[in-house]
Amino acid sequence: MTFSPELEARFEKLLKIYPEGRQRSAVVPMLMYAQDEVGSVTRELVEEVARRCGVNPLQVDEVVGYYSMLHTKPLGKHHVQVCTNISCLLVGGEELYEHAKKTLGVGNKEVTADGLFSLEEVECMGACSWAPAIQVNYDFYHHVTPEKLDKLIQDLRKLQ
Amino acid sequence: MSEMVNLTVDGKAIQAAPGTLLINAAKQAGIEIPAFCYYDGLSLQAACRMCLVEVEKTPKLQVGCTLPVAEGMVVHTDSPTVRASRKGMLEFLLTNHPLDCPVCDKGGECELQDMTFRYGAGESRFLEEKVHVDEQQWSPVVYFDAPRCILCYRCVRVCNEGMGVNALGVINRGVNAEIAPNEYDHLNCDECGMCIDICPVGALTSGAYRYKTRPWEMEHVGTICTHCSNGCKTTLGVRGEQIVRGNNRDRSGINGEFLCVKGRYAFDFTHHADRLQSPMIRKNGRLEPVSWSEALALVAKKWREIVERGGRFGVIGSTRTTNEENFFLQKFARQVLGTNNIDHHRSGDIPTLLDALSGRTGALATTADLYNEKAVLVVASDLSQEQPFLAWQVRANVRHHGAHVYTATPGPVREDRTAVRSVRCEPGREIEAVESLGDALRAEPSLVVVFGDAIKGEALRRLVAFGDSLGIPVKYVALLDYSNSRGALDMGLLPDLGPGYHPVAAPGMTMAGMLADASLDALWVVGANPLSRTPLASPDAFVVVQDLFLTETAERASVVFPAASAYEKSGTVTNVCGEVQRLKPAVKIAGTKTDLEIVGLLAKELGAQLGVWLPDNVFEEIRATVRGYNVPLPVLATGGSAITAALNGRVKSAPGPELIQSARNTLFTSGSLGRYCRTLQSVLEAPGALYQGK
Ligand code: SF4
Ligand code: SF4
Ligand code: SF4
Ligand code: FES
Ligand code: FES
Repeated sequence: MTFSPELEARFEKLLKIYPEGRQRSAVVPMLMYAQDEVGSVTRELVEEVARRCGVNPLQVDEVVGYYSMLHTKPLGKHHVQVCTNISCLLVGGEELYEHAKKTLGVGNKEVTADGLFSLEEVECMGACSWAPAIQVNYDFYHHVTPEKLDKLIQDLRKLQ
Repeated sequence: MSEMVNLTVDGKAIQAAPGTLLINAAKQAGIEIPAFCYYDGLSLQAACRMCLVEVEKTPKLQVGCTLPVAEGMVVHTDSPTVRASRKGMLEFLLTNHPLDCPVCDKGGECELQDMTFRYGAGESRFLEEKVHVDEQQWSPVVYFDAPRCILCYRCVRVCNEGMGVNALGVINRGVNAEIAPNEYDHLNCDECGMCIDICPVGALTSGAYRYKTRPWEMEHVGTICTHCSNGCKTTLGVRGEQIVRGNNRDRSGINGEFLCVKGRYAFDFTHHADRLQSPMIRKNGRLEPVSWSEALALVAKKWREIVERGGRFGVIGSTRTTNEENFFLQKFARQVLGTNNIDHHRSGDIPTLLDALSGRTGALATTADLYNEKAVLVVASDLSQEQPFLAWQVRANVRHHGAHVYTATPGPVREDRTAVRSVRCEPGREIEAVESLGDALRAEPSLVVVFGDAIKGEALRRLVAFGDSLGIPVKYVALLDYSNSRGALDMGLLPDLGPGYHPVAAPGMTMAGMLADASLDALWVVGANPLSRTPLASPDAFVVVQDLFLTETAERASVVFPAASAYEKSGTVTNVCGEVQRLKPAVKIAGTKTDLEIVGLLAKELGAQLGVWLPDNVFEEIRATVRGYNVPLPVLATGGSAITAALNGRVKSAPGPELIQSARNTLFTSGSLGRYCRTLQSVLEAPGALYQGK
């Protein structure tokens, strides 16, 4: 499997920063970066990462199954993650999530027909102080209300 | 010994060595702390929380399986809180458990059943629908039923740590967490079944055994595996004259619970449709079934004629028959047939090793030494494939004692992964590779050297000289092929050495010599298949064969006797390390007789006085006359292993090392017998290859 030169360079660096014999530590970051480029964690990617880190594919599968931010199916261009864990829940996280489902017309881990958006209900993202919080790809949005969410989605639509 | 730690468990004052885990300290004092995920010898997991106990002055319940004892600790293992927590844990485990105990293979032997019976709540508050996942077949021998799994990770750990195979993992998490095989939907592994055996519930089941019986309907017969030379104890589960299971769950024997695919599954040859069940005589060019008396009379008549006219006999013994049978056979050959033309398929140069070690004591390693000594050097052997139990011992030694492993082999081996140094060499140049490790080995406190058949004759003397030069205690294991390869040597199935390696006055022909002798008059082959490799030069030789199957050798026979296998007889066998253990008959196959009985009947037919041919009587004679075999009987009688005292003397053996050649069996082959083990052949990995180092 080949990646862009930037990603290749990143991998190369990753494999060097861990002590000799601990190259398996690079499995998570490699999967994260590669997922962005490939679109999802494909079978081929699992095998490639396993090969490069010197573990067997099953060990990579264990990681993929464990971490919810690794996806085996392609996501929307904008991946909307709504937190419904305790702090957010107390100030309307659950309602926000219900609203997002309605606005986008998709359920948990589903992708809109145009491929622009996907939605996911997530656990605490460490943004409790600014609850309710959402994350779109790698960007955080704080104190989100249904109105703010609609606005954001409109803006993102225009953006593309 | 360092200071003992004092603690109180359930009001009982107990002592334990520092570092002892609470669960074990309690066990030593006769107090059970229930556990699922904790497993002696494997890494700690602390996954099941079944072992929670109350420790005074700590706010929460403590995990008994990971908590080391501490001075003054006061523990309650049976307080109301602890009892409530166990009930809760079991209730959780059962929320998604299918409760199909009536049809589950594990029913009656299930730890979850036992725990629920003993500690559980009688009812559940969960009304939610159970998540159902269909059963999966991962290999011909391994099946997985996910809903039954309690996620104790024992299977994963035994495969990774115990076997060094890494074929199992856990995917997903929470309620969706599931054990998964290494090839997505199937396994590519050793097929040892250790994962099945260690599973506390019926989540992993065995293709060979599933749905065959209820555990309590079996009889359990502890005997010794008939395949490789390691001598594992296998407990055969017998139901109505049929062996349905092999395991060693009670951890008795030298191997604890270890068994490889052969010890666990390769018992199915016993009931193979091709088993010989009647003596046969060649009539008009074809082997025809006849009565025992007719066959015995014909052999006696022919042999008597040949003896009288001073004809030439050749006798080839077996590496799987018992010590008693081998001893009796050589006695017959030497005393009745008057010949020293007796040999067997040799796979290791024990005579040279004993000779090279003259004057030393304690230089022959035991299977326990492989687990206890500080360093192990593996030479010219793909240990994990060829000597599965010895390899298991070495892995355990590395995990538990941090032993240093060295390898000197022509190709990559599994042992490389934990080795401190590995050297590759051309086949045949292993000894040079070993010598290149000198500096590293000199720094070790002690060493065990295990070596394959490439090290023989002069190379072996060079190895021992090298060992001497290290200046540290060195012990040796000359690797051998089959369950009684060692016994065949010790009992004198050799043309120049009698029982106990006593030189004979007029050495006879070697196996190669007999097969190549165009004027050989009679060949007698007991439980071996030499003609599968070498043709018989003498066209007119009268060939008598005792075997389980119509092998290439039996096909050439004039008379064939149907023999009983190791799983159908009593007697003793000696493993690669010289440990004697006792066989117990599990089943009887109609029409067969043990080799001892066949040889005895032949002696009777010839009017020879060779003594009573009962295993116990013959073993008494062995104890009295064969050097090193004066072992304590009670040890054997109770299913233990007795170490034969190592020869401490000079052994003079002339035959050249070219006669010594291992069959190089893999995990999935077992000489001619392996062909009749359907389970061995059914797995994808069969026949396997050496020097894969998977
Ligand atoms: S059969 Fe043996 S090697 Fe295969 S998965 Fe089970 S424990 Fe591992
Ligand atoms: S399959 Fe058996 S041994 Fe493996 S985790 Fe599940 S219950 Fe434990
Ligand atoms: S290691 Fe050898 S003796 Fe042990 S079970 Fe396997 S084949 Fe049998
Ligand atoms: S609970 Fe939502 S970010 Fe922490
Ligand atoms: S036995 Fe202690 S947590 Fe499982």
